[in-house]
Amino acid sequence: MGSQLLLLAFERPALDWHALAPEIVLLSVGGLVTLIDIVFLERARPITAAVAGLGLLATAIPLLTLALDGSDRVMFGGAYVVDEFALVMKAIFILAGYVVILLSTNYVAEGEYWENEYYGLLLASLMGMVMMASSRDLVSLFVALELLSIPAYLMVAWRKRDIRSTEAGLKYYLMGVFASAVMLYGMSLLFGVSGSTLLTDINSVVTAGGASVSVVTLGIVFVVAGFGFKVSAAPFHTWAPDVYQGAPTPVTAFLSVASKAAGFVALLALVFVGFYGRPEVWEPLVWTLAAVSMTVGNLIALRQTNIVRMMAYSGVAQTGFMIAPLAVAGHSTALGDQALSATVTYLAIYAAMNLGAFAVIISLARRTGSAEMSSFAGAFRYAPAMTVAMTIFLGSLAGIPPLGGWFAKFEVFRVLTSSGDTWGYALAVVAAVNAVIALYYYASVLLRMWADEAPDEGVADVTLTPSLLSALVICGGVTLVFGVLPQVVARFTDVSLLALGG
Amino acid sequence: MENLLDGWGITLATFSPLVGVAIMLLIPGEREERHKVVALATSLWVAFIGVLLLLWFDMGETGRLQYVVDEMWIDVIRSRYLVGIDGMSLPLILLTMFIVPMCIIYSWNHFPEPRNPKAFLILILILETGMIGTFVAQDMVLFFVFFEIVLLPMFFMIAVWGGDDRRYASLKFFLFTLFGSALMLVSFLALFFLTGAESFAFTEVADNVLAHGVSRTAQLWIFGGMFLGFGIKVPMFPFHTWLPDAHTQAPTVGSVILAAVLLKLGTYGFIRIAIPLLPEAAVEWAPWIGLLAVVGIIYGALGCLAQTDVKRLIAFSSVAHMGFVMLGIATLTDFGINAAIMGMVAHGLITGMLFFLAGSMKDRYHTLEISRLGGLLVQAPRMGWIFGICVMASLGLPGLAGFWGEFPAILSSYSPANGLPVETFRTFMVVAAVGTVLAAGYLLWLLQRVAFGNPPEEFADNPEIVDVTRHEWMAWAPILALIVAIGVYPNLVFRVTDGAVDASLNDCLQVNTAELTDAEAEALGCAAVYEVGSGGGHDDHAAAGN
Repeated sequence: MGSQLLLLAFERPALDWHALAPEIVLLSVGGLVTLIDIVFLERARPITAAVAGLGLLATAIPLLTLALDGSDRVMFGGAYVVDEFALVMKAIFILAGYVVILLSTNYVAEGEYWENEYYGLLLASLMGMVMMASSRDLVSLFVALELLSIPAYLMVAWRKRDIRSTEAGLKYYLMGVFASAVMLYGMSLLFGVSGSTLLTDINSVVTAGGASVSVVTLGIVFVVAGFGFKVSAAPFHTWAPDVYQGAPTPVTAFLSVASKAAGFVALLALVFVGFYGRPEVWEPLVWTLAAVSMTVGNLIALRQTNIVRMMAYSGVAQTGFMIAPLAVAGHSTALGDQALSATVTYLAIYAAMNLGAFAVIISLARRTGSAEMSSFAGAFRYAPAMTVAMTIFLGSLAGIPPLGGWFAKFEVFRVLTSSGDTWGYALAVVAAVNAVIALYYYASVLLRMWADEAPDEGVADVTLTPSLLSALVICGGVTLVFGVLPQVVARFTDVSLLALGG
Repeated sequence: MENLLDGWGITLATFSPLVGVAIMLLIPGEREERHKVVALATSLWVAFIGVLLLLWFDMGETGRLQYVVDEMWIDVIRSRYLVGIDGMSLPLILLTMFIVPMCIIYSWNHFPEPRNPKAFLILILILETGMIGTFVAQDMVLFFVFFEIVLLPMFFMIAVWGGDDRRYASLKFFLFTLFGSALMLVSFLALFFLTGAESFAFTEVADNVLAHGVSRTAQLWIFGGMFLGFGIKVPMFPFHTWLPDAHTQAPTVGSVILAAVLLKLGTYGFIRIAIPLLPEAAVEWAPWIGLLAVVGIIYGALGCLAQTDVKRLIAFSSVAHMGFVMLGIATLTDFGINAAIMGMVAHGLITGMLFFLAGSMKDRYHTLEISRLGGLLVQAPRMGWIFGICVMASLGLPGLAGFWGEFPAILSSYSPANGLPVETFRTFMVVAAVGTVLAAGYLLWLLQRVAFGNPPEEFADNPEIVDVTRHEWMAWAPILALIVAIGVYPNLVFRVTDGAVDASLNDCLQVNTAELTDAEAEALGCAAVYEVGSGGGHDDHAAAGN
């Protein structure tokens, strides 16, 4: 009798194993890494990174087969969706994760930190991101968010003998939990109004309006603010500089690219699937976030002397650019699609160029042992190839053609101006002015590297490890190819969420 | 002979320098000779293609785009790889292809500290691709990309090989130019969406501006954005402040390329994009452009009189000369724009040459402080004479190239295009004429203090001060020859540009006549002179349908 009741209450949902294959592979790799550690103990250290890296590449295989298959797969009543958007974002996460592993390999081994745990946590965090890309439900979004955040809190504090790293970990954790709380409160309001956690259901209630307008507005504002923390949009960015500086540099690269992209995925899903019917609430909010992020990030970045802190503030400014298209996304569904493509394009290109910049920072810091800008002086004299690579990445971040970043910025400008309204144009002008401010600090770093005299002591050649070299080649190649043939990236990022959201 | 380059000649010329760069990247940095040879061979090869392009260029139809390639480039944004050459761009393309090998020859034994010929020459070749690309692009996005490609190499050229204040100068150059081009990009996009064009091709957007009736306010704003983008590059007063710093700090070759070609990207942008695409707004803006142009002429000249450094003086004279070019453009007449293109070519050759000379003097005297120099004609007579010729050319002596840039520009402002305030432009004309007197003043003063008299004591017996060397001759002789040739026979340039300017201005002038009553038009006396609306050359946009 009891079991019968259970059967009635719990109907096993139909699982699409193919759609879940990437998650399953990723989970198995994570398990494998942990198992290897348990069985082989210290002897496993040399191979862990390789296993994790290869595992990630294996994860890419089901992604490919799913992409070739091409059909949208919907599970759990619409809570978990594998469509083009999800696949593209998953691919970005997996590739970014792979590059982060390449960046970490020597850093973690030489620093004598825990290795197996590190990669295990990295894979767990990636798992959260991959799930995030498919989540179309408040609960699954939240679970994915926590799954990606909690390992990240630990990884930030990985240099445990360093007080800065510990402080960064604690700070990140406290701020992260606070943001989660705000977000949960917003979610509870939305659930209270709509009676459902499915974003599509929420959208229909949100669109209908009615008596609950103020509650809906409050809910949307809280949820967006919560994810604003994750993507480090000003004014929710204050954690980023300290955390970036204190964390191990590969983890910083991971946070600044993958974790930020994950926040964006959630934001995009919420805006396009959940809140699309109420642009009058989120458009001004996003407009303000974009303008403030660009301006505040850039202005503070001007004053930094530590390159990692500078990258943190530059990341805030870049967030402003990425979020900007959403400020006009509610005008029409056609514009909404374009805005989504622009943001995804920006994320893809940003991932390559920002990871590349961190790869150079890590490589050069191996020699100088410091991330102060002054220690990069005269790098052109003793590491010309590295300097050229940094030029490519920072030039791309500044948006100079023919490097990838120009197309990302171009897409943002294109969406903003195609809206044809004053707000769009105003934001485009704000963005244009900010592009120039940003150039100042990127160019200052390049000036130091190219034009300054190298310090006299220890002008030994920079030795590149194979893994760092591959990371540089991957990022540099992608940055250049996307810049010269933007069609390549544009074809993949031409995605839509609105067809689903109705 | 059959035109063998049709369809791929431009692409070959534009990207050949990058092939050279790829080869040089594979050669280790210590093999300096090889780098020099590869770079020179590449640039000569490009120049050779340039000659072929000229030979097969159909002089009968300079208004038509030739050697056109039209391929889809970025499908999602409907941007095309659309390149072509017409009479407006041909002289500037050839100027670029001509100046670059001269720069490489000049550099042969002159690499500024910290040397590194490999990197230096690679930057020059990348610059060449960017410059040629800008002149051949016929699509707004493509134009923008090439327009920006020149930024990074020039930035590094100033930042690494520049003078003591190079950091400041290079950053200033970079920031000013990027600010302009960011707003320019926004203007391009706004124009694209307001016209609802199907692609970013110039001709198509231009047609759509007329067809869709883009509002006057929008046109004025968009023109304003482009004005900032191009005006900063020119540079026009009051955006010129980056130029003296950049020129003074840049290495010799950097200054030469900057003066000879990079500044022209701005003026070229006006005559290729801003004016043909937005003729109505151009008419509104023209008096203001003219005003800033003559302010630039006078301000540049006064600035010159105040300078104590040869290079800085030449830089300020650039501001004045580009003022003449912009004045010619502001008249919006066939005559004025022809004069402007001539002015660009002449300024490119003459000022480029002056910067070469300044660089060589710096090598010998290790200073460019005017008060310390003197007696160049005594110690290095040939160099002194060359300096004299260039100074004369720069001040607009008839018989040398400079004259044909300045004089017609002044003349054209006597009768500007219909719709422009005649009195204002005649005032500009008078002021510009005064500017030529000032120019004669500062240039002759410069010549007098640097070349005449006896050598000052500190340099009197300095063995470093030698006359023109072999490499210098090789780099300079062709430039000098061209300065004289164009001076004697200006039709070399005018013949090429005239038809193209006519074709590109056709729409612009048509719009103006529509607004005027017959009486007004007659009073202005323009109709007869410039064949306004007479139906001459009604083949619409020259490039349409190519």
